Amino acid sequence: MGSALYEKGKTVHNKRIDGPFRRFKWLVMLVTLGIYYVTPWIRWDRGPYAPDQAVLVDLANRRFYMFDIEIWPHEFYFVAGLLIMAGIGLFLVTSAVGRAWCGYACPQTVWTDLFQHVDRFFDGDRNARMRLDKAPWTPAKIARRSAKWAVYLAIAFWTGGAWIMYFADAPTLTRDFWTGNAAPVAYATVAILTGTTFWLGGFMREQVCIYMCPWPRIQTAMLDEKSLIVTYKDWRGEQRGSLKKAAKNPDQYGDCIDCNMCVAVCPTGVDIREGQQIGCITCGLCIDACDRVMKEVGRPRGLIDYATLDQCKAEAAGAPPTPAWKALLRPRTLIYFTVWAGLGAGLLFALGTRTHTDLTVSPDRNPPFMLLKDGSVRNAYTLRLRNMEARPRDMEIALEGLPQGAVMWTESVSMENAARVQTVTVPANATEVLRVYVLLPEGAPANAFAFRLTSLDEQREQDVTETTFAMPGNE
Amino acid sequence: MTKRIDEPTGTETVGHEWDGIEELNTPLPRWWLYTFYATIVFAAIYVVLYPAWPMIDRATQGTLGWSSRGDLAREMTAADMARQSTVERIAATDIEKLPADPELMQAAIAGGAAAFKVNCVQCHGAGAAGSPGYPNLNDDDWIWGGTLTDIQYTLTHGIRWEGAEETRANFMPAFQGMFEPAQVNALAGHVLSLSGKGRSSAAGAQLFADNCAACHGSGGEGSPPMGAPALNDAIWLFGDTEAAVKAQILAPRHGVMPAWQGRLDPVTIKMLAAYVHSRGGGQKAAPAQPATDAASDVAAAAKADPNG
Ligand code: SF4
Ligand code: SF4
Repeated sequence: MGSALYEKGKTVHNKRIDGPFRRFKWLVMLVTLGIYYVTPWIRWDRGPYAPDQAVLVDLANRRFYMFDIEIWPHEFYFVAGLLIMAGIGLFLVTSAVGRAWCGYACPQTVWTDLFQHVDRFFDGDRNARMRLDKAPWTPAKIARRSAKWAVYLAIAFWTGGAWIMYFADAPTLTRDFWTGNAAPVAYATVAILTGTTFWLGGFMREQVCIYMCPWPRIQTAMLDEKSLIVTYKDWRGEQRGSLKKAAKNPDQYGDCIDCNMCVAVCPTGVDIREGQQIGCITCGLCIDACDRVMKEVGRPRGLIDYATLDQCKAEAAGAPPTPAWKALLRPRTLIYFTVWAGLGAGLLFALGTRTHTDLTVSPDRNPPFMLLKDGSVRNAYTLRLRNMEARPRDMEIALEGLPQGAVMWTESVSMENAARVQTVTVPANATEVLRVYVLLPEGAPANAFAFRLTSLDEQREQDVTETTFAMPGNE
Repeated sequence: MTKRIDEPTGTETVGHEWDGIEELNTPLPRWWLYTFYATIVFAAIYVVLYPAWPMIDRATQGTLGWSSRGDLAREMTAADMARQSTVERIAATDIEKLPADPELMQAAIAGGAAAFKVNCVQCHGAGAAGSPGYPNLNDDDWIWGGTLTDIQYTLTHGIRWEGAEETRANFMPAFQGMFEPAQVNALAGHVLSLSGKGRSSAAGAQLFADNCAACHGSGGEGSPPMGAPALNDAIWLFGDTEAAVKAQILAPRHGVMPAWQGRLDPVTIKMLAAYVHSRGGGQKAAPAQPATDAASDVAAAAKADPNG
């Protein structure tokens, strides 16, 4: 310390603990890791024209498949909507129960937790690990460390390997990967993710939460005095004293017996009794620990507990403890929830009512119109017809709102077959780009008009897109 | 500067104090500092390997010899290689047969569009719509014919281009001094009446039959082989006002277009023809057309610089 340029990292050897919060942490880890590793392997039959992977981010073809839902680039608002929901969801959770994201669901937390279990498996619990850390590098220690790091590496590799499965057909990619035929970007991604998981999960751990991650700063700013956070009730615990001391001087000591269990179990090495601090990820393990201790010494639980700062103030002034759930329902959380749920309902509605066809029209601007020999006027348009179904479909484009005599033809149909209606076949899962010419006979009045797209199948889905017809003098 | 231990945190202060606020000495984590040193090492290596240090007239070159220009050249070569097979197929395909292969036709149109932007927009405009004196290439009026072969010929040999022997050539005589002003008025009226714009008269019709019909046709329908514009339609190269028509009768202007043979390779010219033809006014080939010499196109394309 003192004027040293740097501070040597302190390894956190957290002690095993069991309790409701620990069990909840196990559950979240199981569910999140399960979803992460298993999802790409779920199959989903979409017929011959689309991939059979239930969840697939197909960057090359710019499609995002999620079970029955298929997102096209022009529907990116669904993804944007989900991201906004995730943001508001974070506000909601944080304002209600503090940094629960950090404590349970954050990948850094989940993988750190996993690696800490690996530590425990190879080196034993806290005291054994501390002893081994200090021990000289004997062959036995080297063997143990190598085995442990090999398991770190295996987990890290599996993590990176699972990630790329979301971007290509998982079984094919796995085969290609091991036969050396996968794209270089696949190997690079796996290498980078393996390296970062190994390093950040295996060695950096809480340092990531304290020094690298921007969320703690943002999340602590989202908390207020009505948010549930992990608190040590110092008015009840102080003055700390061991059981022995307390036995000697009964009235002098609070409930904390200074056993240090809450510090020993903390995955980030925090002493919660010093008050709120940035290192605390509100995982609740210290609550589990202290509740056990309190039970053993026959005192009420909750010396460390989820509580709001307002409740703490009231309690310190002598009010009885309030049940934690009461803090969940208040205007701020309800407003967040309403916005969040409203967005979700909106997205679901949009998802339910969207059609599988889409037509966009862009008129040629250079030149805006073309005078032909016989005095008729021709305009050109670029039409984009989307067929969002996994089969080719016939579609009909019709002119609407143009006077008698107006005709159109597409580049491929040619002028000889000009008509008011044209039929095109759009391939499965594709956008057909058509250059269309529309001709108005001499003297016919020009209007705003529309192209109407109709799918020629049992659904008869329609899309109407309005545009204008440019004429000499009114372009 | 008095250092002391801060009571609540147990941390030493650095000794500064501003308005009663003291700074605690909280050292960086060791890994943080090492990361910083690593970036310094990285920068030093980078400066040696890559162009980095500005000197008086150029930057240091770096021992790897890398340059962004070199990167670009490699990418351009790769793109040319990728294009090569399409270019060869276009070269080997008779121009009138291009539309039968829609994929190849699309490739030709795209290539022609690119070449058009470099070589043709100066006169014909970015949308190929021309301007008075510069023909519009989007409409269905063709002075020299609008089939793929006609357009390719026009592009290859130019129009009234000195130095190109087979260039499209015709010259409308200037009637300045031959007609009285009244006769000029009558003739202009008749010419405009062909498309329903002016007033015809017996004198005007007679003058037209005697002086103009030989090239422009008795009804003013024009003659693509002779390059005589049609006068009976809605499209006017030099304007449809009486003054414009009279000016053209008295002292006609004659457009000139360069021959692109020798400046652009035959494949590019072929692609340009496909593009111009695709603008909406292209005509179908007449049943019997002389075949172009596809084999010589291939040989020339192999030698030519693809960027013209
Ligand atoms: S676990 Fe509870 S009793 Fe033990 S030191 Fe922590 S707060 Fe005090
Ligand atoms: S202080 Fe308690 S809640 Fe905070 S990180 Fe440590 S164990 Fe988890």
